[in-house]
Amino acid sequence: METLTNVPKLADRAYNIRRNALRMGEVQGQGYIAQALDISDVLAVAYFHAMRYRPEDPSWEERDRFLLSNGHYAIALYAALIEAGIVPEEELETYGSDESRLPMSGMASYTPGMEMSGGSLGLGLSIAVGMGLGLKRKKSDARVYTLFSDGELDEGSVWEAIQSAGHYKLDNLIGIVDVNNQQADGPSTQVMAFEPLVEKLHAFGWFVQRIDGNDLDAVVAAFDVAKSHPAPKPRMIVADTLMGKGVPFLEQREKNHFIRVEQHEWQLALAALEAGRQA
Amino acid sequence: MKTARSAPQPGKPRLTTSAMIASIAAEGQKTKPAPFGHALVELARSRPDVVGMTADLGKYTDLHIFAKEFPDRYYQMGMAEQLLFGAASGLAAEGFMPFATTYAVFASRRAYDFIHQTIAEEDRNVKIVCALPGLTSGYGPSHQAAEDLALFRAMPNMTVIDPCDAHEIEQLVPAIAAHQGPVYMRLLRGQVPVVLDEYDYRFELGKAKVIRDGKDVLIISSGIMTMRALEAVQVLKNDSVDAAVLHVPTIKPLDAETILHEAGKSGRLVVVAENHTTIGGLGEAIAALLMRSGVHPPFRQIALPDEFLHAGALPTLHDRYGISTAEVVRQIKLWL
Repeated sequence: METLTNVPKLADRAYNIRRNALRMGEVQGQGYIAQALDISDVLAVAYFHAMRYRPEDPSWEERDRFLLSNGHYAIALYAALIEAGIVPEEELETYGSDESRLPMSGMASYTPGMEMSGGSLGLGLSIAVGMGLGLKRKKSDARVYTLFSDGELDEGSVWEAIQSAGHYKLDNLIGIVDVNNQQADGPSTQVMAFEPLVEKLHAFGWFVQRIDGNDLDAVVAAFDVAKSHPAPKPRMIVADTLMGKGVPFLEQREKNHFIRVEQHEWQLALAALEAGRQA
Repeated sequence: MKTARSAPQPGKPRLTTSAMIASIAAEGQKTKPAPFGHALVELARSRPDVVGMTADLGKYTDLHIFAKEFPDRYYQMGMAEQLLFGAASGLAAEGFMPFATTYAVFASRRAYDFIHQTIAEEDRNVKIVCALPGLTSGYGPSHQAAEDLALFRAMPNMTVIDPCDAHEIEQLVPAIAAHQGPVYMRLLRGQVPVVLDEYDYRFELGKAKVIRDGKDVLIISSGIMTMRALEAVQVLKNDSVDAAVLHVPTIKPLDAETILHEAGKSGRLVVVAENHTTIGGLGEAIAALLMRSGVHPPFRQIALPDEFLHAGALPTLHDRYGISTAEVVRQIKLWL
């Protein structure tokens, strides 16, 4: 595991994660690629700045846990796990195929480094509460990171977990909610109004930061503060992100939960990503 | 659309709905208090990985006994069953063995997906212990878990247990702890009848046991229906009917070998008796097993009907829906 404090190096990692995701998307011809592109900066900071883990031993007892509650973001997490050396890069070619360890929706029993079986939304934070309680029982200083989506805020179970984490003062939990304002039936704020999110989370006893989730400096600072803040409270990073980030023609495409990418566009997307990196 | 019922006729004496914490024991029956709570405390003394969790039903699932003994190993999750089971998965992932309690209706109906995905699919070592199984509450369908066995039988990785009495509950707590993997256990709580101690019975996970042999009819039963069956045996004896009782506390995995052996003995009517809807419980599990195996005895089912059951007093309801001792006897005599 490499701990990067240098933002340009983290930008390289984020670029590689996006590239891995696009290559997997090309294999399958589809995927939640716009979400993968929007969350890559957060994953780069999580895996190359904030978290403690051993790539060769994904179940190392002292690792920080990372729960992917929004299981359909698996393509993004696989991209990060490949970049982190937890999943071999050659498996990228198997994404979503028969016998692959990289199924379309993330499952704990399939993939090294995948800590939960997501897919049914709203599960992750409840598991995180149990892990947080368990780590405290064991007097471990490991943390539990949980990534979930703004659409999941519609699920009542998410609020059960948020309330209980506040009740138990689980300062070893760091939640990251990806606010890309898009869920299956349309913009999240229109499907079910969830704002004012920061105020709600405060009221439930959380320490909350809201940042531009595609600004690496801001993401680094937010993870640093989330880890070091002395308040005996669970921590939430509300990350506003841009779907398709890093590939301008996807950023501009009419926003859809499941963005259509034509066969010839995957290479164009990789080229656009590369061009953006050099700019 | 349903409309409200007609008002009852005035002046008629009626039994009243019992309180939720009421015992299912009959008047004067030998009982033990809170066998699950005491057995869990006993287990926890030698197993530091055991933790207790509940969703605002500690007192009503006998977990308060554990909470009092081990307050720092007890997690109150509030009235939030989805959270309860998700968090139980998380604690199990960290190496603990949660005993998570609530009512059977809430585990099976409200939290099903959480148990399916975070516990069963991930094969987490969580013991799900649920009070008010089948028809053991007079509160109506909100509290009557008539379909819990069907739901949990259908879930891969899940072991499903329906114990008869306090004697069995005391034995099965250490037995399910010794089993690595998720377990759904129906709970009898409060003053729980003691029945099986007189039959030299020992619980073994996955084993069906002949409690009493007989040549005319074989009653295959689980849970409180084994107690009813044993009572029915005594009444049937007076009518010169010799009834056997095969107790099947482990609903899944089913002890196919013993069931086929007993049901395959010629000349006996086979009656499966269960505190559960006719759909998807022990009766249908055994019927399918017999059909698949080419064993075809005369077969009848004593079970709750496929309908929303009434509210009222339990003795009245057990008579109405055919699972009281008198009704078990009446139905068997009709079929012989």
